[in-house]
Amino acid sequence: MAAPLAYLDHAATTPLRPEALDAMLPFLTEHFGNPSGSHAVSRAARAAVDEARVTVAEALGCDAGEVVFTGGGTEADNLALSGVVARRGGTVVCSAVEHHAVLHATAALGGRMVGVGPDGVIDLDALAAALDDTVSVVSVMLANNEVGVVQPLAEVARVMRRAAPDAVLHTDAVQAFPWLDVATLAGPAALVAVSAHKFGGPKGVGALAVRAGTEVEPLLHGGGQERDRRSGTHNVAGIVGMAAAMRATVTGMQATNARVGALRDRLADGLLAAVPGAVETGVRANRIAGCCHLRFPGIESEALLVLLDDAGLCASAGSACASGALEPSHVLAAMGVPRSEALASLRLSLGLTTTDDEVDLALKIIPEAVARLRACG
Amino acid sequence: MRVLVAMSGGVDSSVAAALLRDAGHDVVGATMKLWGGAGDSGCCSVADVEDARWVAQQLGLTHHVFNFTDDFETHVVAPYAAAHAEGRTPNPCIECNRHLKFDRFLDRAVKLGFDAIATGHHARVTFDGDRFELRRAVDAAKDQSYVLAMLGQSQLARLLLPVGDLTKAEVRAQAAALGLRTAAKPDSQDVCFITSTGGRAAFLGPRIPLRPGRVVDAGGVQVGTVAAVELVTVGQRRGMGSGGGERRYAVSVDVATATVLVGTPADLLDRRVTVDPDSVSWVDGPAAPGTPVLVQPSAHGVPTPGVWEGGSVVWDEPQRRVAPGQTVALYDGDRVLGAGLAASAVMDGLDTALRR
Repeated sequence: MAAPLAYLDHAATTPLRPEALDAMLPFLTEHFGNPSGSHAVSRAARAAVDEARVTVAEALGCDAGEVVFTGGGTEADNLALSGVVARRGGTVVCSAVEHHAVLHATAALGGRMVGVGPDGVIDLDALAAALDDTVSVVSVMLANNEVGVVQPLAEVARVMRRAAPDAVLHTDAVQAFPWLDVATLAGPAALVAVSAHKFGGPKGVGALAVRAGTEVEPLLHGGGQERDRRSGTHNVAGIVGMAAAMRATVTGMQATNARVGALRDRLADGLLAAVPGAVETGVRANRIAGCCHLRFPGIESEALLVLLDDAGLCASAGSACASGALEPSHVLAAMGVPRSEALASLRLSLGLTTTDDEVDLALKIIPEAVARLRACG
Repeated sequence: MRVLVAMSGGVDSSVAAALLRDAGHDVVGATMKLWGGAGDSGCCSVADVEDARWVAQQLGLTHHVFNFTDDFETHVVAPYAAAHAEGRTPNPCIECNRHLKFDRFLDRAVKLGFDAIATGHHARVTFDGDRFELRRAVDAAKDQSYVLAMLGQSQLARLLLPVGDLTKAEVRAQAAALGLRTAAKPDSQDVCFITSTGGRAAFLGPRIPLRPGRVVDAGGVQVGTVAAVELVTVGQRRGMGSGGGERRYAVSVDVATATVLVGTPADLLDRRVTVDPDSVSWVDGPAAPGTPVLVQPSAHGVPTPGVWEGGSVVWDEPQRRVAPGQTVALYDGDRVLGAGLAASAVMDGLDTALRR
């Protein structure tokens, strides 16, 4: 594989931050201990996990004891929803634009969905109508993975206090973490899920904040790690790497937002100007800085992505199913985007490592590729 | 040449990709996702896509997945159900070739800048310096020219069939020599969206009304019933009972009156098969009426001689009736001339029994 010339798929995954790699290496080599043991080798690992727990708690705005390390964002979402329903009964209500980890978990638990407006923001009246005393958990993501729209969690919580005061709020903050002050914005949520590889950490590790007063039944039974909420030997290197990436992300967040936001604006504006008929999805002001979502009516994303790939540009459109095929986006459908236009969409997601050169290349390649596909009729 | 190989996850298209790569072409593989519903191990299960991707990786090829489920539903699945509702017996694999492989996929390949597409079909495309010809495969037992018989010059000009010159045994030997994981994979046989457990009834039940029908003999006497007249195929024996010890076959199906006419094997014989004029296509222009042809009315049918009369074929000797909706392929020796779909012919005399 030739190295790509432009990687604009940070919402799919991000390259490992050097801080994370450096933090991890000792735990992949000399510090191999199992944190659950009682000897010196174990203690070294235990100390690292404890330290990471404090860092993660700070970043999520919770106490260290409220952090549950998981095998990623999907597990964290599933633990939140299944865990609450198993403990308290009742059902789940989620927004129609959730990641599949929440959507499919909600469906499996017999829950229901609440629609969004054309701007991708949850319909609060519909939410109020969907809530009653059978609902034990409401799941609304902080930022969307396809179009980057930020959801008003404080208002969601207000509606919940009125219409389902006993229900708890879960938020999937997986996409939000690199860009938003999750510790503050997720404040109204009793449960907060994050995934390390979306912010420069390693794959296969995430966390769920479970605030005091909320109890979750574990998905995995075994040795009773994570205060009986998630059994299984700790992924020490992963946890340490996640914490290092979190610390670095939070420290640099303001600067990254400013720099990448400007790149994103240049990219979006440039493409809207260069490609006739191009449409930007949603409202840019209410979107995380790394996300650029456009539609090019008359072309097929699937073909566009192949041409971009040929030219060395990595991008995405919608989400892929088990076979690797692109599926029409449920997010765009929920926003009322016609199917034909949804199939003509392109998600460019920028990140910490995105450069001016990558944006320049995208501004050159994408209009050419769209023009070529349109010329073929 | 830049070639996009349609890799189904089977051994033939795996070897097709390998042969083209070894011939020095710039090869990319792509697998079509066509069907997302229930199925056994049809053309587009996740396992097959994984096989295709794995083989592409082994061969060092880029691999893509194209989601054509909408087109498959529109051009193959919906017409398949509609045809049954009208008492015809369509061949969905041929419609998939017509609309998906050699229209949608080919079009996508051209848009992406490929010079040609390739598939793992056992047939041969030859070029006489002026026109392209479609011929039977070297391996007569595995020949698939029948399911490609609807192709014309514009498609053949952009089509490579690398395994058509090999026997199936040679294909498998090649795959094994390359260490491809598809080397011993069984041939796919069945329609990808029909499960072996549920059959056509389970698939069609939710899509079209399936109504019980009367089974009548040539005298108009009811001799039995069927659970779903839409599922009866002309030539079918199962469920038709036996009259006086003689085997009975469905000779004609009339869904309007929910009636199946049965008869003896002799009643099933016909001299003429008429094709639906809108369905006729030619590899290289229409055959003149009066042209002697070999007629193949099913994928594994034995070609029999007849004469193309324009709109219909008259066999030299009476043959078993062709179920309406089946593809009738016409050959000159091993060369495909063209194809059409058997029309819902009315058989003089016998069919009047249906109306009584």
